[in-house]
Amino acid sequence: MELTNRTAGCLNAKQRKSQGGGILYKQTKYLVTGDRALVMEFGNSISEEINSRIRSVGIAIEKSGINGITEIVPTYRSLMVHYDPMVIEYDVLLEKLATLEEQLESVELPSPCTYEIPTLYGGEFGPDMENVAKHNELTKEQVIEIHTSRDYLIYMLGFTPGFPYLGGMDERIATPRLKIPRTRIDAGSVGIASAQTGVYPIDSPGGWQLIGRTPIKLYDPYRENPILLKAGNYIRFIRIDREEYDRIKEEVAKGTYRYIIRNGGGRTTEWEMLRL
Amino acid sequence: MGNVKIINPGLITLVEDSGRYGYQQYGVPVSGVMDSYSYRLGNILVGNKEGAAVLEAAMMGPTIEFSDQMVIAITGGNLSPTLNGSAIPMWQSILVNKGDRLIFTGLRAGCRSYIAFSGGIDVPEVMGSKSTYTRGRIGGYNGRALKSGDLLGVRHPGEDPGRLSGIKVPDEYIPDYPNTLELRVIIGPQDDHFTLEGMQAFLSEQYEVTSECDRMGYRLKGKKIEHVKSGDIISDGIAMGAVQVPGHGQPIIMLADRQTTGGYTKIANVISVDLPKIAQAKPGDRIKFVKVTVRKAQQMLREMEDKIAAVKKACVPWKVVTTRLLTLRIDGKCYNVKVEEIK
Repeated sequence: MELTNRTAGCLNAKQRKSQGGGILYKQTKYLVTGDRALVMEFGNSISEEINSRIRSVGIAIEKSGINGITEIVPTYRSLMVHYDPMVIEYDVLLEKLATLEEQLESVELPSPCTYEIPTLYGGEFGPDMENVAKHNELTKEQVIEIHTSRDYLIYMLGFTPGFPYLGGMDERIATPRLKIPRTRIDAGSVGIASAQTGVYPIDSPGGWQLIGRTPIKLYDPYRENPILLKAGNYIRFIRIDREEYDRIKEEVAKGTYRYIIRNGGGRTTEWEMLRL
Repeated sequence: MGNVKIINPGLITLVEDSGRYGYQQYGVPVSGVMDSYSYRLGNILVGNKEGAAVLEAAMMGPTIEFSDQMVIAITGGNLSPTLNGSAIPMWQSILVNKGDRLIFTGLRAGCRSYIAFSGGIDVPEVMGSKSTYTRGRIGGYNGRALKSGDLLGVRHPGEDPGRLSGIKVPDEYIPDYPNTLELRVIIGPQDDHFTLEGMQAFLSEQYEVTSECDRMGYRLKGKKIEHVKSGDIISDGIAMGAVQVPGHGQPIIMLADRQTTGGYTKIANVISVDLPKIAQAKPGDRIKFVKVTVRKAQQMLREMEDKIAAVKKACVPWKVVTTRLLTLRIDGKCYNVKVEEIK
């Protein structure tokens, strides 16, 4: 795939921060969620600032190698920490996490990366493109331009394997959900629901307004890294034409497609980057 | 390596192991067995490593034909297992022969039976687990529940099958499955979203298991658990056994196939040692929630692990201590015999 510089138009860290309007709790709340997990709650709203904090703490936990932590699950405003109580007891873990938070400043944080999602807009793969354009009194071209002009923060993954909850869509293309949801939306479909945009990793029912489709697989259980995206990073939709779509689809099927992940202005296609 | 043929899958029979861990942050449910106690004891009985894949059958068990000799053990809920028409005991290892048929004839107690095979079920691991995640169509047998005609491979056991059979779980470690059960819970994480009356109802009333209960969750009904404002929150993580209460005030216990995150308030979480109890509950059963602390729950979990270790110790297959070759004369006739002293 041709590599061109597409860094223009994406937000730098400072701009990203200024977008958030959420309030971090002065003190992180530690909530008990049974005897094998706890939740660190950082705020009570959906904001980039809170999400950035979650990402930092998540990376700090991964780096700390605290024995007994089995999984972490970042969500909009909290981080669930799963642990093995036979290895580490609740009180001990609580203490270690609190210490970790105090030392957060000293943890070196890699900057978030941006996954490029090549997308074919409109036509048979974007049956609701006209709805979206009409609803917002825009042309199809304008919808595509607006949709591809920003990086979207992946707040969390959930709902289905690899489904990204994205933030930051331009209100100018916001469109309510379909009145009658579709019983099947194909994997790779890119859609809009109110002021949210998203992409479906697997075939599922849904009421989103579909504006396009990506030929890449966000989820492939048989791939070494089954899920492409990771919370705390960004995605960017890149407009492609039918020819490119078919070529990428073929490469994906053959396993030769090189996923494009931008990091700090540069580019990398290394799989390691996915684990940032 | 042996084979078993599914003649009839029963209501729902799945290949499961301890679960698919490490992918919750990517939205992939854990899956795995509902009742880990019965599962682990089943594997211990047939000499398997603890993570081996087994069959989990709910309510109405399957009919299985064995194409090879092997050792099996049935644990968990009692669905009345029979072999070639005769009742067979649960919680002990049994030698089955080629052509034998295992048929479950009806639910007597509990809800889910586990069938462990010496060697373990041989299906490929998907994302580190053999568990079936039916909604995601991965794991287990082609990512789905078993169907008539399916042929399942069983790995070759390390031990001679004869030596593995006849091992029993001591009686005191076999649970019973009453229709009214007490589930101990740790309050939180959203306990502050409920009124005093709501919390009181939750901890003092009985809740009945409805017919909407599956591996994803158990919907219960009973006195409304009142919220201060609403049952909605900004989505966060869901642990196994979380008691979710949406706006309608009726609790749902989230189980093995639960989604990784959700936007409803969670009043409490069932403690680990009591999860096998809810896994064996069925529609109509009644539940009483009792509050404990996280420290107490973790202490009970350590006691449970000690208990399982004790069962493991009691369930080891016998071993040959010495072997002697003897020539014996009985009634004037000579025999060459091999004598093994076992322990």
